[in-house]
Amino acid sequence: MKRTLISILAFLLILPCAAWAADVIKIGLNIELTGDIPEVGEFSKNVAKLFESKVNAAGGWEVGGKKYKIQFIIEDNESKAESAVTVATKLITSDKVLVMVGPQASKQAIAAGEVANNLKTPMISPWSTNPATTLNRPYVFRGCFLDDFQCKVIAKFATEEYKAKKAAVLYDIASDAPKGQAEFFKKAFEDLHGPGSVVAFETFTTKDVDFSAQLTKIVKSGADILFTPQYYNEVPLIIRQAKQLGWTKPIVGSDAWAGGDLMGMCGNDCNGYFFTCHSVSKGAKGITKEFVDSYNAAYHKSPDSVAALTWDSLNIVLAAIQKTGGLTGDLKKDRQAVTDQIGKLKDFPGITGAFTYMPGGNPSKCVPITRIDAKEGFVFYKTVCP
Amino acid sequence: MFDGIIQNIFNALQWGSFYSLIALGYCLVYGVLLLINFAHGDVFMVGAYLAFFLATCLLGAGSLPHWLILALIVPLTMILTSLVGVAIERVAYRPLRRKGANKLYVVITALMCGLILEHANLAIFGASRRSFPTLVDQATINLAGLSVTNLKMAVIVVAFLVFILLELVISKTKIGMAMRAISYDRFAIPLMGIPPENIIVFTFALGSGLAGLAGLLFAMSYPVLDPYMGAMIGWKAFIAAVVGGIGEIRGALVGGFLLGFVEIMAVAFFPSTFRDLIAFTILLLILWKKPTGLFGVSRYQKI
Repeated sequence: MKRTLISILAFLLILPCAAWAADVIKIGLNIELTGDIPEVGEFSKNVAKLFESKVNAAGGWEVGGKKYKIQFIIEDNESKAESAVTVATKLITSDKVLVMVGPQASKQAIAAGEVANNLKTPMISPWSTNPATTLNRPYVFRGCFLDDFQCKVIAKFATEEYKAKKAAVLYDIASDAPKGQAEFFKKAFEDLHGPGSVVAFETFTTKDVDFSAQLTKIVKSGADILFTPQYYNEVPLIIRQAKQLGWTKPIVGSDAWAGGDLMGMCGNDCNGYFFTCHSVSKGAKGITKEFVDSYNAAYHKSPDSVAALTWDSLNIVLAAIQKTGGLTGDLKKDRQAVTDQIGKLKDFPGITGAFTYMPGGNPSKCVPITRIDAKEGFVFYKTVCP
Repeated sequence: MFDGIIQNIFNALQWGSFYSLIALGYCLVYGVLLLINFAHGDVFMVGAYLAFFLATCLLGAGSLPHWLILALIVPLTMILTSLVGVAIERVAYRPLRRKGANKLYVVITALMCGLILEHANLAIFGASRRSFPTLVDQATINLAGLSVTNLKMAVIVVAFLVFILLELVISKTKIGMAMRAISYDRFAIPLMGIPPENIIVFTFALGSGLAGLAGLLFAMSYPVLDPYMGAMIGWKAFIAAVVGGIGEIRGALVGGFLLGFVEIMAVAFFPSTFRDLIAFTILLLILWKKPTGLFGVSRYQKI
């Protein structure tokens, strides 16, 4: 009896090893599965699973005439910068991943990028829009456009669409991405309308739910629009409270609005507002439609921009691996080769636009503006190109 | 800058109402058992979630009018939340009390109960935020640049009504007299023929019921729910109760509104990062001048 048990146990232990004995490309995912933005992590994880099954069902990924299986090692960074660092170190040094994808949000990506760069491992953050993530870090890339570019577009859009001359901003001062976006927007708007045209620049801190004092100031400031680069858990509260305090003017947002379940949380309250977005599910064509359909089929849910950017990032990583022309098995050399190849990508056809990497790890892409419709969801409005 | 001040007074009254309602719960339990029930903030969270599930169920059940749903949810949430409070007392505090454990251990147990509630919620329902359905159509009253919603008024009125009712229960009823008596001398109470356990259960039911009511109103005012929503507000309400003089329900009311006012006014005139700094510096100064809180009387047995 005892012997049978031991042999079963031994068999169970050997089984996964046997499966791994084939050639495997290990990719680490450092994502926000719990904490402030769990939906972001969930979308990323779903995309990785979808990607893994697609590639492995086709027999693997061909690199230098050899087929490799893809293996994702998914770790939760709890939406905390400290945990993102721990996870990055673990993935790179003990799991020995070839490439790390994530973290998604800037707060975590800035911290984890430092680790990846120091350990000379290519990292791509699909969703982080803060410049500090890739600044002076040759091994760190991103899948999305940058905040300064995005905010210039928003300021331009607000001016053209609403004829806005004075703007108000409400943002979370304790979170890197909203803070960066708020400052870039202020600069861009003041470049267009002169100093002092941002009449209210109000802050709050993560986990606050009452913004009445800030919004009272904003309502009295005489601004024509309110810009709030916040996440889906804060946007519904901000919009609702603003309306309650007598705000009737437009509210615009950044890409942060697209993550998570804004429609479910906000519903009618958000109807008619605009934000910048990395991709839109509604009205998708070509490879974008293919991705949306396969995601829908697998999870019965529309993918959001985090999902789309993660999909693109994974494709970029694998395209770069393929372009190395063959893996040597020496992790240090391979990581360097993959890093070089990502930097050389030109007009890579992604589902969120054509990627060309500029020096500094940032892609050059167009910015689609999305309109929120209470019935239709996120609807494509127009695109602004650099 | 000053034209928003009346608006901010209303904002502060609403925000302070939540602190007061939660602080009243801390206060009741402390008054009777001299126990700081640190799970109270999370009982408030449970109240908000219970209200959420009741609301979604009733809205899905059929074409009940919204006012009827609200009329059903208020007592149901309060009853269910008080059951949660009583259950915690039964499972966690009573065994320790029976064994004569030091109060410190009971307080630590309370902290753990709070964490268990938070993480049980996280484990069972996941980390996704919940959106509380709209039960009352928002009506905004505009008066000379002042915007007040019906909900905001209701929250403020409820906070004061609850306080008046509690004051009446404690000062005018027999059970209130028994509560005060337990607080005064726990060992003489059984000799008078009063079952202390019943009084303690009643206190927990009352305190948790209030947390449930606060949770429901909070979910209606700030309709994004997450498992950690009760932690910070619970801590701050506890501090408000201490500043008011813990054990005194007048103190809880005043302390709650005081904290609400200081927080909102700090944000109204300074950058928001100064809010907690200013708020807690003021509270510290109050405690420095009056260590027993605004209405508290000094007692030798405190932790």
